Amino acid sequence: MKFFDKKNKILLNELIKTDFKLRYQGSAIGYLWSILKPVLLFLVLYVVFVRFLRFGAGVPHFAVALLLGMTVWNFFSEVTNMGMISIVSRGDLMRKISFSKPIIIFSVTANALINFGINLIVVLAFALVNGVRFTPKILFLPFLTVELILLSVGIAFLLATLFVKYRDLGPVWEVFLQAFMYATPIIYPVTMLFTNGVGVTWYARILMLNPMAQIIQDLRYTLIDPVNITTWQIVPMSVAWVPYILSPIIFMFGLTVFNKQSDKFAEII
Amino acid sequence: MTKKNIAVKIDHVSKSFKLPTESSNSLRTTLVNRLKGIKGYTEQHVLKDISFEVEEGDFFGIVGRNGSGKSTLLKIISQIYMPEKGQVLVNGKLVSFIELGVGFNPELTGKENVYLNGAMLGFSVEEIDTMYDDIVDFAELSDFMNQKLKNYSSGMQVRLAFSVAIKAQGDVLVLDEVLAVGDEAFQRKCNDYFMERRKSGKTTILVTHDMGAVQKYCNKALMIKDGEVIANGEPSAVAAKYRAANFEVTDHHKASGDDSNVTYLPGTNAEVPRVEINLLTKDVLSRDDVLKFEIIYETVVDMPTGFGFSIIDLTSGGQFSIIDDGAVQQNIFTPWSNKKGIVKKVYELPLRAFNNRDFMIVGSVFTGTDMIGDFKQIGYIFTDRGPRFFVRNEDGVSGPLLVEKGQFLD
Repeated sequence: MKFFDKKNKILLNELIKTDFKLRYQGSAIGYLWSILKPVLLFLVLYVVFVRFLRFGAGVPHFAVALLLGMTVWNFFSEVTNMGMISIVSRGDLMRKISFSKPIIIFSVTANALINFGINLIVVLAFALVNGVRFTPKILFLPFLTVELILLSVGIAFLLATLFVKYRDLGPVWEVFLQAFMYATPIIYPVTMLFTNGVGVTWYARILMLNPMAQIIQDLRYTLIDPVNITTWQIVPMSVAWVPYILSPIIFMFGLTVFNKQSDKFAEII
Repeated sequence: MTKKNIAVKIDHVSKSFKLPTESSNSLRTTLVNRLKGIKGYTEQHVLKDISFEVEEGDFFGIVGRNGSGKSTLLKIISQIYMPEKGQVLVNGKLVSFIELGVGFNPELTGKENVYLNGAMLGFSVEEIDTMYDDIVDFAELSDFMNQKLKNYSSGMQVRLAFSVAIKAQGDVLVLDEVLAVGDEAFQRKCNDYFMERRKSGKTTILVTHDMGAVQKYCNKALMIKDGEVIANGEPSAVAAKYRAANFEVTDHHKASGDDSNVTYLPGTNAEVPRVEINLLTKDVLSRDDVLKFEIIYETVVDMPTGFGFSIIDLTSGGQFSIIDDGAVQQNIFTPWSNKKGIVKKVYELPLRAFNNRDFMIVGSVFTGTDMIGDFKQIGYIFTDRGPRFFVRNEDGVSGPLLVEKGQFLD
């Protein structure tokens, strides 16, 4: 792809380095926070949902599944939120220098990916402690990660393009994300949507068609325990492929729209 | 002469902006406007069919008044804005320095910022490694490179940014209004650098208001006005046009309150409806001739007035007057008349001292008091309509301005 010619690679590199360098600048323990923060947040989630509210009491390793779900969700929300404002917040740069605009979104994604990686390591460590046995299915992890990246980046492209023109999108997206999170089985097990925990309902099927639900459940299925219900288990095969194909489509669509509009960013911002 | 390579080619470029009449930065206003059928913007044509070429090795000046479209043009050359019509062709790596401190991050150290800035200009870490010492030396900031940028003074930041831009090894350098950067010592350094660059065969495009700079550094210049190229070529000619255009504006301003159906020549107005300098001899003269011309001006109000004129040497660019004479001497104004009406005087100048050159007479009508420096211009003849004369001696050499020479002592 033309985005990755030499000049863009250098710039992407520098932007990622800079963002990472600045993230914990001025804090006493610096980079250590990138590990400590997820560990502490996980502890909070664990105590609230697993100990107090007793969500997913019947699901094996639900605590691990919960953390994994949150990790995936955090990546999605970071890429879309940061991606959305990234073009506008670098407007200063855009008005003064000519460079490939998608680089900005990619640099945001790369930094979110670094976070995602660190969180994932913490989750996997936690899984081992919790007695999860990894199987060769773990090899699906990279593919599902790619799907997650394509989906998040595609949406980030669309949001960034729109946000340049319509700043109302900020609060709108925040509310939407909140609703979207609860519509995705992250803090509750999918079985909670079933009648009496066994009968598959129509709304469970529809909710499982959203790519985020599919990704999270597939990850739980392959990484933690086959007990976790996946999209293709409860949705007929004739439509089960939809969420898988949706991610690359959204990515290509987002990228196309973004590239078409990016020539004008410097004038509008 | 071999044809030089084109470094930057601007081919019939047009650009217009949609200026929102109502801010539509929110969904609501956009929707409401759509429903009401309001377009919500007016179109402003900033650049109209601009074409020019910059050859490799040129030091190319772009001048124009505020709002003439030159910054837009620069952004189009730098490929920050896309032209609506036409094409921009750039051969080689273009480094643009449009505003100060592009992409600097206050939380990073000076050194890190140099690398980040370099990456934005398209240079790899290895490439910047080789330029780094040069940049730091030029900015004179070697003691501060490990300090965070937020601890720099604004002058230091500007110096660093400027040094990165000019020391970066691009093929084409684009600079916008940067000659007022830094303290005097730094400016002198920049001056030296520009003079050197001029000779180095690298291409430079400079946008500025400073006509002195244009005439000093540039070998070609372009003036744009209201989005159109109105002069292109010799820097001195373009600079003269720029000055004339600046005067026109003050005229409009003066005349705006008066009858609109009366038109005045440049430099004249309702108060001073007539200013003329007429040659009384032919315009090609030799050393043995005497130049003779009359000055005529008319005022409609009783006030002390006088005329001061300069003869300028066009052959050396027309920047300096070689003779100043008339009502203002040593910064003191002496009126020729205190009444309204027509004032006429004839002036004579023997041309023995001059070699073969082209000259022009320009001048201004002044009013004022006998206090030192207390006078102002109320009408003028500038280079757009000053009469020219040419000294052409038999010996046929243009030579220096004066015939006069000193002598060697044994």
